[in-house]
Amino acid sequence: MRLGKIRGGIHPDGQKADSGRLPIKTDVPLPAVLYLPLCQHAGADALPMVEVGDHVLKGQCIASAAGGRSANIHAPTSGVVKAIGNITMPHPSGLPAKAITLEPDGNDEWIPLSPPDDPFSMPQEELANLVEAAGIVGMGGAIFPTAVKLRQGRRFEIKTLIINGSECEPYLTTDDRLMRERAAEIVEGTRLTRHIIEAYRAIIAIEDNKPEAIAAMTEAAKDVGAIEVIAVPARYPMGSAKQLIQAITGLEVPAGARSNDIGVLVHNVATIYAIQQALVAGKPLVSRITTVAGGCIQQPQNVEALIGTPIQHLFDSCGGLKQRPARLLMGGPMMGQVLPTTDVPLIKGGSGVLALTQAEVNARMPSPCIHCNRCVSACPMGLTPLEMARSSRRDDLDRAQDFGLKDCILCGSCAYVCPSHIPLVQYFEYAKGELAERRASQDKLALTQKLMSARQERVEAEAAAKKAAKAAKKAKKKPSAAKPAASTVDTGAEALAEVE
Amino acid sequence: MMYEEQSLPLKASPHAHDRSSVSGIMLQVCLALVPATAWGIYCFGWPALLVWLVSCLSAILSEALCLHLQQQPLQRCLDGSALLTGWLLAITMPPWSPWWLVAGGSAFAIIIGKQIYGGIGQNPFNPALLARTALLISFPAQMTTWVNLAPLGSAAAPGFIDSLSIIFQPNTLPDGLTGATWLGASKVAVKSGADMVEWLQNQFILRDSLLGLNRGSLGETSELCVLAGGLWLLARGIISWHIPVALLAIVAMLSTATSHFHAELYAGPLFHISSGGILLGAFFFATDYVTSPTTATGKLVFGIGCGLLIFVIRSWGGFPEAVAFAILFMNTLTPMIDRIMRPRAYGRTLTGKAIKHVSARKVV
Repeated sequence: MRLGKIRGGIHPDGQKADSGRLPIKTDVPLPAVLYLPLCQHAGADALPMVEVGDHVLKGQCIASAAGGRSANIHAPTSGVVKAIGNITMPHPSGLPAKAITLEPDGNDEWIPLSPPDDPFSMPQEELANLVEAAGIVGMGGAIFPTAVKLRQGRRFEIKTLIINGSECEPYLTTDDRLMRERAAEIVEGTRLTRHIIEAYRAIIAIEDNKPEAIAAMTEAAKDVGAIEVIAVPARYPMGSAKQLIQAITGLEVPAGARSNDIGVLVHNVATIYAIQQALVAGKPLVSRITTVAGGCIQQPQNVEALIGTPIQHLFDSCGGLKQRPARLLMGGPMMGQVLPTTDVPLIKGGSGVLALTQAEVNARMPSPCIHCNRCVSACPMGLTPLEMARSSRRDDLDRAQDFGLKDCILCGSCAYVCPSHIPLVQYFEYAKGELAERRASQDKLALTQKLMSARQERVEAEAAAKKAAKAAKKAKKKPSAAKPAASTVDTGAEALAEVE
Repeated sequence: MMYEEQSLPLKASPHAHDRSSVSGIMLQVCLALVPATAWGIYCFGWPALLVWLVSCLSAILSEALCLHLQQQPLQRCLDGSALLTGWLLAITMPPWSPWWLVAGGSAFAIIIGKQIYGGIGQNPFNPALLARTALLISFPAQMTTWVNLAPLGSAAAPGFIDSLSIIFQPNTLPDGLTGATWLGASKVAVKSGADMVEWLQNQFILRDSLLGLNRGSLGETSELCVLAGGLWLLARGIISWHIPVALLAIVAMLSTATSHFHAELYAGPLFHISSGGILLGAFFFATDYVTSPTTATGKLVFGIGCGLLIFVIRSWGGFPEAVAFAILFMNTLTPMIDRIMRPRAYGRTLTGKAIKHVSARKVV
């Protein structure tokens, strides 16, 4: 099969050897405390279902989804709810947000699990409900509730379900190790997902720099129908859904449309694994595999850790820090978020925790743009980042949009290759935020105008009705002028009807 | 454990970099100029070395002065961009130019050509070419004094002390030491009624032209050296092929066509490509990042425009050499080309509309 190519992209230094060499560490000791932010997903804060002092069991739902894009949160271990209040979030702002603080009791005692006997014989909607109940969100970092995506997928004729195992971010090897060590589970999860959305075929896409993962997945999928393992060229950002779809199917997702519209759906392998765990073992999402790596880590490796584990605990379980990190990240170096402290917890979307040295980050003071066009060649979306940045800097958002700001996926390829070290992504994030704010205020304005005009109409209609009623009264008093009065009564009735 | 960001306030992703830098790029371009410059200095002796030195120094000092006046960090004058501008001007100068011409030109390039527009990245014209053109118009005699070859170590070569006085105490060079370039000579000859075919047979030696054994600017004479530098830049990914290839292809095509039909008036492609500064222009000046278009198609259009203009001015214009004028003219069109020639965005047509698709939504 000839694979379509993606445009632009970069070949960052992989740095995957250190953490990819070792098997997933599954014996991380229980931390002293777990912080479970109520917002680990795209939508609104989940609603706490426990109170301070409550004893909870592992897998018990402790906060329930509030609305469509929200997700349930489960206790990652058995213990006592210590607090429900603000903690520092794994976000560069370091701003506080609500979280449930759980103190493990050390027993790690599960609630009784009731996995379905044969998920394949169950109605697809019910399976989606189970996925929703398990609190699963996109674990590649998108953190969009998976059940919503599955239900959306069911409304479309999905020809290709792509299981994204490309893992193009440097340093990260979680998906790699997961595929190497738990291939059978991923294949089962793929079958289940394919069954739920009734996709024609499933393709497990893996970058060709992971030969062991490709071999393991191929072996596991060889006797299973309609699942194909495909090696895609290693090139950042291959793991971006739009780019992966282009590489696998040769199709581009039309601007403003979703991949559903062209009959494609992409799920991350870690999400697929979580789906398998939920539907086969009946386990909700309480832990994840994350890469602990970077030049400051004594022993970089992948760990299977409970959601809510403080980052410091993860570092300690990997031998601790060799030196003070120049930058602390959740996620990969290309799109990851800077962490304000090591006290923040691991969240559902945290595919990696990196402690990088100054040399690894290679941050410099920005200098003026020399128009070398490297950003243009690197952009996988075919945009002109230098022009977008220039406009964003001047707050000329219309021009920035004109140059493709809306299409930007914030992959950072442009800034990675910029010899002037211009923080392009920072400009784009700023401009996108401003645009969102502008749209919101426009919506507000439109709503106000709508209400105003509705009121105007109502007032006018009321006045007309009053006038008509008066005229009708007059007409009654003067029966001699019966004919014209009748027509007045008619209009009056009409006006009343309109008001009603 | 609390920790603080140690050095820089910037925390936006990405947190990795390919380790390229502006000065790295500038120095690599300078490195690519070494063969042509070294050959020029060998062919034209110590005075050429002095011209090169004066030009580079004057550029760096002018840059420092401007940065000082703008209260910007002074170390930026060593980022390689001023050195490159001075260097580029030096190799387009007549090899025995008087010091004031070189120093003045170099200062003009930096101050008027670059800093007045806001410094690096802001200039609409290639600074070195702008300076060279200004000099050509202001000092036509000095700018067209083409000294004969006087390779280092040969009898004709002046000693170092003599070279100092040639550059710093300039008198008019005696006629015996200078002559016309082949481009200039051919133009004069054809205008006075000579046959181009005959002139080429008698005067032009392709091998010498390629090697650089002819009169011309300091660094333009050896096409092979320039080509070596240019190809190295291509291989390093510092420049893309679009502009040089488009430029050279157009000149080659036009000269092939015209010389085929009117061989008595027009020279063929080998003469055009191997003469004057066309390769230097194609690889080093037309590809200037700041003043050339952004996208691949834009670059092709730019290269084609340069090539067309070079050929038109060389064939029918008033000056024998046209590379600088052509590139400067196309520089003015760069913003317009950039506005029109945009890359096609993912998921959109060339006009920016969403690409058409048949929705996969199930009919309920």
